[in-house]
Amino acid sequence: MTASTSGDGPAGADPVPNRIDARPVPRPGRLVSAVVVLVLAAMALHGLVTNENFRWDIVWLYLRDTTVVRGVGWTLVLTAGAMVVAIALAVTLAVMRRSGNPVMRWTSWFYIWFFRGTPVYTQLVFWGLLSVLYPRLSIGIPFGPEFFVFDTGDLITAFWAAMFGLALNEAAYLAEIVRAGLGSVDPGQSEAAKALGMKDSKILRRIVLPQAMRVIVPPTGNETISMLKTTSLVLAVPFTLELTFVTNSIGNRIFLPIPLLMVAAIWYLFITSILMVGQHYVERYYGRGFGTDHTPRRPRQAAIAAAGTTKEDPFMDVTP
Amino acid sequence: MSAADAREAMVEVRALHKEFGAVHVLKGVDLTVERGSVCVVLGPSGSGKSTLLRCINELEEITGGSVRVEGELMGYTEVATDDGTRLHRLHPKVIARQRARIGMVFQRFNLFPHKTALENVMEAPVHVRGDSRSTARARALELLDRVGLADRVDHYPAQLSGGQQQRVAIARALAMDPDLMLFDEPTSALDPELVGEVLAVMQDLARSGMTMVVVSHEIGFAREVADHVVFMDDGVIVEEGPPSAVIDAPSQARTKDFLAHVL
Repeated sequence: MTASTSGDGPAGADPVPNRIDARPVPRPGRLVSAVVVLVLAAMALHGLVTNENFRWDIVWLYLRDTTVVRGVGWTLVLTAGAMVVAIALAVTLAVMRRSGNPVMRWTSWFYIWFFRGTPVYTQLVFWGLLSVLYPRLSIGIPFGPEFFVFDTGDLITAFWAAMFGLALNEAAYLAEIVRAGLGSVDPGQSEAAKALGMKDSKILRRIVLPQAMRVIVPPTGNETISMLKTTSLVLAVPFTLELTFVTNSIGNRIFLPIPLLMVAAIWYLFITSILMVGQHYVERYYGRGFGTDHTPRRPRQAAIAAAGTTKEDPFMDVTP
Repeated sequence: MSAADAREAMVEVRALHKEFGAVHVLKGVDLTVERGSVCVVLGPSGSGKSTLLRCINELEEITGGSVRVEGELMGYTEVATDDGTRLHRLHPKVIARQRARIGMVFQRFNLFPHKTALENVMEAPVHVRGDSRSTARARALELLDRVGLADRVDHYPAQLSGGQQQRVAIARALAMDPDLMLFDEPTSALDPELVGEVLAVMQDLARSGMTMVVVSHEIGFAREVADHVVFMDDGVIVEEGPPSAVIDAPSQARTKDFLAHVL
């Protein structure tokens, strides 16, 4: 980059004396389509506001109900807990996929194949029934002696079954995202680190992962939003304290299912909106922020982006 | 290691073969680089010169033959058996230690983009050798000053020109106080006007007595700085000797042909 001194001339004077002021191409279609869409939107809004059956008074009442707010809390705890466990597991699985040990590679492959290949609902039912299937769990040598024995029902409560059930499923998807992220980093980076005498584990931690993050983080935000709504499936376990179950049961009790559905929807939308704001900042932070109006917050990420040591679109092959 | 050999020879490559799958890239290469000398390897692309360099610091696992640096066998250890000796592959940790005393500079710089110039140079001393941050920092500043980048220490690689990046890469390699420096076409990815600044740093390094193996197309640099010039083609060394012989009076037709194209 060379410092260029642009001759701006006297202040206020247009540096382009022959600036073009042409008539734009007429696009009547745009106006028509905009009017059509706006009319449809007005109709939808009219239907929402004027229809008594929505019972907005009930919606407003239960939006602030203690049980509902507590349900929101449990939903958030499940989402956060499942994502944290899933991320840790996903990094492990992704590293296993790159391992030189074929047993590790195959284990990781099998895990991802299985957990992506079966419905999360089925998995959650299974984890809920685990204490029926295996009334007691023990640690010992397979086909040999047992050292510790637990009662499954005591060890795995509905909450843990729900959280780990969600996490185990999510880890399979995230593992592919992490794998793509690791794969997006220029092999020259590990080579340079190797030539300096760094060990593989250190190369992964200090050189490859930090650069893979800008590819990993945005879709992980996406997965988090998806997870928020997937928590509504934990009634399969059954775990009955989260938002969807709570609002459903209230709705059934007072014979007003629609307003309570609206309550749940509004809460999900609200949390998703907050997560989207968060995701926007995270993406700006890690994204290829060059060429647009905003400057990325940390020059470090901008530097990674500009260096072009990570691929343009490594997600072509993983997006489910 | 045998002390007699180690006195003079820094790198000894013997009957080196390297296959990538079915492709036979190096077909029996013998090369000796003396301590404190500069060896420039010339040759057309695909001749195996970069592979040879990468075999010296074990970035490529060799298929046959041996590589010794300061008398120490790279990548393997010889274990006596009933009928002679058998090679045992060294643990990756030991290989990493062997690599740590060989500096390498890449064609595409391969600086760590998420670290500043200073952090790039400090990385290995702190995280491989275990130097304290303050020691590593002082040394890194000294090295960056030596390559003429004292005013760019807090810049990220993307904020530096190609020539500046390559000079940071040289400083990064020097930070581990290597006994040997390998240069893999260090100026090939640079704009012509930036080549000079990198060659100047390398020339300065050669003058300081560093042992260097340089894969390059810079005939002028080879003529001026090299003690020994090697011309490779098709996986073998075709001709070698002092630059006055190999560059100015080549005896082999292939060398003459190549030089006619490059000069």
